[in-house]
Amino acid sequence: MDDLIREFLLESYENLDRLDQEFVKLETEPGNLELLKSIFRTIHTIKGTCGFLGFSKLEALTHAGENLLSVLRDGHLTLNSEITTALLAMVDAVRQMLSSIDTVGDEGERDDQELITTLARLLLPEPAAANEEPPGPKAEQPAKNDELHPEANIGEILIKRKTVKVIDVYDAVQQQQEGDPRHVGEILVEKGSVKPQDVLEALNLQQQVRAGSTSDSTIRVEVSQLDRLMNRVGELVLLRNQILQFSNSTEDSGLLATSQRLNLITTELQEGVMKTRMQPIGNIWSKFPRTVRDVATSFGKKVRIEMEGKETELDKTIIEAIKDPLTHIVRNSVDHGIETPDRRVAAGKPPEGLLLLLRSYHEGGQVNIEISDDGAGLDLEKIRRKAVEKGAISAEHSARMSEREAANLIFLPGLSTAEKVTNVSGRGVGMDVVRTNIDKIGGSVDVQSKLGAGTTVRMKIPLTLAIIPALIVTNNGDRYAIPQISLLELVRLEGQEAQKRIESVQGAPVYRLRGRLLPLVYLDRELRPDAAPDETAKSAVVNIVVLQADERQFGLVVDEINDTEEIVVKPLGKQLKGIKSFAGSTIMGDGRVALILDVLGLAQSANVVGESREHAAVGKEAGAAALGGQKQTMLLLQCGAEGRMAMELSLVARLEEFKPETIEKAGDQQVVQYRGEIMPLIRISDVLRLPHGNTPHDDTGMTQVVVFSDDGHSVGLVVDRILDIVEESFVRQQPSKREGLFGSAVIQQKVTDLLDVHSLIRTAIPGFFDAQHAHQEQ
Amino acid sequence: MAIAQQFCTFFIDKQFFAVPVQQVQEVIRYQEMTRVPLVPPVIRGLINLRGQIVVAFDLRRRLGYPDRPDDQKPMNVVVRADGETVSFLVDEIGDVIEVEEDCAEHPPETLRAEMRELVKEVFKLKDHLLLVLDTERTVNGAESLQKRH
Repeated sequence: MDDLIREFLLESYENLDRLDQEFVKLETEPGNLELLKSIFRTIHTIKGTCGFLGFSKLEALTHAGENLLSVLRDGHLTLNSEITTALLAMVDAVRQMLSSIDTVGDEGERDDQELITTLARLLLPEPAAANEEPPGPKAEQPAKNDELHPEANIGEILIKRKTVKVIDVYDAVQQQQEGDPRHVGEILVEKGSVKPQDVLEALNLQQQVRAGSTSDSTIRVEVSQLDRLMNRVGELVLLRNQILQFSNSTEDSGLLATSQRLNLITTELQEGVMKTRMQPIGNIWSKFPRTVRDVATSFGKKVRIEMEGKETELDKTIIEAIKDPLTHIVRNSVDHGIETPDRRVAAGKPPEGLLLLLRSYHEGGQVNIEISDDGAGLDLEKIRRKAVEKGAISAEHSARMSEREAANLIFLPGLSTAEKVTNVSGRGVGMDVVRTNIDKIGGSVDVQSKLGAGTTVRMKIPLTLAIIPALIVTNNGDRYAIPQISLLELVRLEGQEAQKRIESVQGAPVYRLRGRLLPLVYLDRELRPDAAPDETAKSAVVNIVVLQADERQFGLVVDEINDTEEIVVKPLGKQLKGIKSFAGSTIMGDGRVALILDVLGLAQSANVVGESREHAAVGKEAGAAALGGQKQTMLLLQCGAEGRMAMELSLVARLEEFKPETIEKAGDQQVVQYRGEIMPLIRISDVLRLPHGNTPHDDTGMTQVVVFSDDGHSVGLVVDRILDIVEESFVRQQPSKREGLFGSAVIQQKVTDLLDVHSLIRTAIPGFFDAQHAHQEQ
Repeated sequence: MAIAQQFCTFFIDKQFFAVPVQQVQEVIRYQEMTRVPLVPPVIRGLINLRGQIVVAFDLRRRLGYPDRPDDQKPMNVVVRADGETVSFLVDEIGDVIEVEEDCAEHPPETLRAEMRELVKEVFKLKDHLLLVLDTERTVNGAESLQKRH
């Protein structure tokens, strides 16, 4: 495309973005002349340029808008909502035409006659004004600063100020070009065509104008240029790593000092270049006032938007990535969160001036973004009900969810609690896409809400994607990088421990991490599924990298844990893109390539993270899935001689073992001292009156206890044996009439009773949950 | 007058192969490679080409030859194929030669299937034949191989 046109488009886009904000602001302060002037100038510039470039439709429209604006600017007409709407419509039309020019090369087939007529009609109260006042700076008045080009030279200023004739300036410039070393002003003064004082005034003016403009101190740079620069810096970082490694193995103090210096400068350079790619988050926020206004107006709501931390900076690629999710959340807040004025009044809130607060700040190498409203809040009950209806979670699970967990259900696909579907939101697509997009860039999103008081959505976003800290591990002699953002902790098991602490039941290895069951994934088995299991599996040392993937934790077993390093993320070639386990590649200090593991992909291919999202989406299509028809992770227990039981793993706080002699009695109740508390013990087989097994304890001589916690209070469920953890989909059959059981199901080809933990506890300790509630109310 | 074409030549198991010189970015000696799990064997690994990470295709495996002995290190012919930079691992590098188009012929039908798919043209040179590879197919075929595995 023509450079000139591209320049025009770039400039116009920027200006239009500003226009949106200015219009919205103008509505609150209709008398703000500065704003009007600025708006006028923008439209005027577009009109002028597009006339020059031959875009006649665009010119006709902007001309109509400019006429209206000039009347407003001169105060012959005051701004009202109708005019604002018409002007905004014009801005939108201009934007459409610009994007059409951008993509197709012309303004496209369109007819804006109606809009032009509207704009002209709005002039009517004082139709004469439009004709009287031609667009552009008014000729009779001396030019004001804002009507001058920042690059205006002294001659132009003098002409504008009517202190000198055009021809005189022309002569002077001519003279200068012929070799007169003096300034134009000097020549004019000498010729007597202008008074020295006027020149002085003009010079002052020129200075003011220039100071007010930033065009001299900034330049426009192509993003691709910055990307290339960033790549080069990435290479330099790698080279620096190599040199540091090399210099550490020599005694040469000169080399050591030099490499230290190189280290320092590289870091500074890296920071500097990263900075050039940083953009204030305000760049995307600036569109929100307009969005909010449009959405609010269409629902008859009044919404005030406030922003804090507009200047918080993020990498450009990240800014791009969070733009749509943020917009979606903001629209959602206005559409669903904030109530109509009358409802607000009824709820005792101010009818207007609703608050949509955007806040962003840096914290621990990440950027936090919050979007809060003081609207109706989320109806958690409704969300729970809906989630169960859609088959996304089970009824029991939903009952057990904390408020916060329940609120976060809105990120499940297919879940919308909007009573009516609007064109803005309520179609049940969106919030899950929001979370997917945020996940993709390694961020997280969380929602908190209080019914009647409002909702806050909180995002944590990494600053940049290009250079990230990573943990380097070794597997089968090859190094792999794991993004630090998914890393929780490292566990090393040595000698006996390595054999004993990893419990492998039916090929599903687990490790008890402080009592919680951590599913284990062997990196080697994931990467070399065909390789014969060798003795490495039984090696003396087991290194577990505890990782977080999609709200689930798992332990990745690797051969060796090396070090953490800043790595430069490089994309994988086309041939390797299809492999889910890798996120990219990088170059290590010794110049060799290492692959970056995709933690989520790895977890998925190892089936640690169920593809529950996909499941829920499928469920939605197939109508509400039958309860229990989706995959659930269950803990299988043996209670009594042959009672095979299953309970939802999410209900398990911890698994503990107690020596039989530590079990004491308090009244009739068996108790055990546990974490400074007295924890009641319930023997499941007793409650369910199952026949006792021959061995009341498991082979180790310890009493096996599943700890269940509710609101900080724990109760221990004594079982005979912990059998397995399975992730299976099963259908509950034979609803049970017995207290403490939901019914039975076939799990792992065996009939298994499903424990109703709540009713079980209620049966054994009638006051347990009531006590909790009483405790809460206090 | 016949139009002459330039080719970058190399040997695989003593057979003379070539790719058009315009597609060749550079030729470098053996580079350390990082193995990539879960990919077809044709992809031998990733090499660091001055900060750019490229996939290395073993042409012996791609063309159905037996693996080269362990003590023989392959050379890299770095080519641009299908919008990506990749490296072809070959046994030995030959010269850049100029051949006239009129001594080109279609590959004979009797060629092995893997070869016939990848050999675009055969040039009859004075003392031997030169097989010209289709780089795009060489690279993309590997993707379909990946699916099969």
